[in-house]
Amino acid sequence: MSNWLLIIYCGLITFLTRFSMIALLKKEMFNDRIREILSFVPSAIFPAIIFPAIFLDNSGDFQLENNPKIMAAIIAMLIGIISQNIIATIISGLASYWFLIFMV
Amino acid sequence: MNNKFRVFLKGIFDVSPLMIPVVPFGLIFGVLSIDIGFSPIETMGMSLIVFGGASQIVLLQLFSGGASSLVIISSVGAVNSRHLLYGAVVSEHLSDLKLIWKIVISYFLVDQAFARSNEYFKKNKDKDKYFHLFGGGITCWVIWQTTTFLGIVLGAFIPEKLGLSFAVPLTFLALLVNDFRKFINVIVIIISGLVATFGFNYVPYKAYVIVAGVTALVTAAILTKLNKKNE
Repeated sequence: MSNWLLIIYCGLITFLTRFSMIALLKKEMFNDRIREILSFVPSAIFPAIIFPAIFLDNSGDFQLENNPKIMAAIIAMLIGIISQNIIATIISGLASYWFLIFMV
Repeated sequence: MNNKFRVFLKGIFDVSPLMIPVVPFGLIFGVLSIDIGFSPIETMGMSLIVFGGASQIVLLQLFSGGASSLVIISSVGAVNSRHLLYGAVVSEHLSDLKLIWKIVISYFLVDQAFARSNEYFKKNKDKDKYFHLFGGGITCWVIWQTTTFLGIVLGAFIPEKLGLSFAVPLTFLALLVNDFRKFINVIVIIISGLVATFGFNYVPYKAYVIVAGVTALVTAAILTKLNKKNE
């Protein structure tokens, strides 16, 4: 598939998930239970991106020793829990990562 | 002042503070996309056509890992399933709109605009209130396109050894800061992460995002149910 076709399909599926409920839904179709479960979607999906990017190297092997990403991610998480601030989380993670790879 | 315009401005005003974290997100997307090998036009096209930060980063991540198109598209769908919730929540406020407005509003229904307009809709009953979501959505759109463009330009100057790809997990980590304090969310996060990491090499077609997401969501369903029984 060409890159453009891939982009267009990804755009279509993104649009359709946004549009389908607005266009089709009658209020009663979504009960509180389904809403509650859907509210967990970020917690259920994002870690599937986060964890492999931290713990695996480029070829998909475990990289647990000499891996500055683990320490930097832990620091970012702690800062995130304390500050509840998205920017502070990203910056503290990047800063500690750079500190570990360039200074230590 | 025209009421529609007033509500539109209110939407811009309300969503603006939430734009601060979008700036690094957009820059990182632009830089990485060029880094992975998409052309500047394709990168800009992604932001214009898809217009969803998480979707676009997942697209990049899986594309660079060599996943097939079908897996990339379904993973983007999985990431986007949270929009079903947004649509369901705001649909009751938009049910009287013409189809064309429903299409326009859907395109602009991103996380930040949803969050602010949903609050506004709950408090306001006037018939022009959808202009709030329109204003918020356009604000997100302008910031996203601008930062994507800047990322494309900057990408040429950022040395590879900075390891900016690490910004991807960090950005997603940052989007979960509100969930780290909730017990069930923490368990769901750990399950998803472990399934994805251990499944990375074993789940066929790089579909580990979908497998991990579904497993974690089922866990969430079970845990919330058990939690209710105990109350």
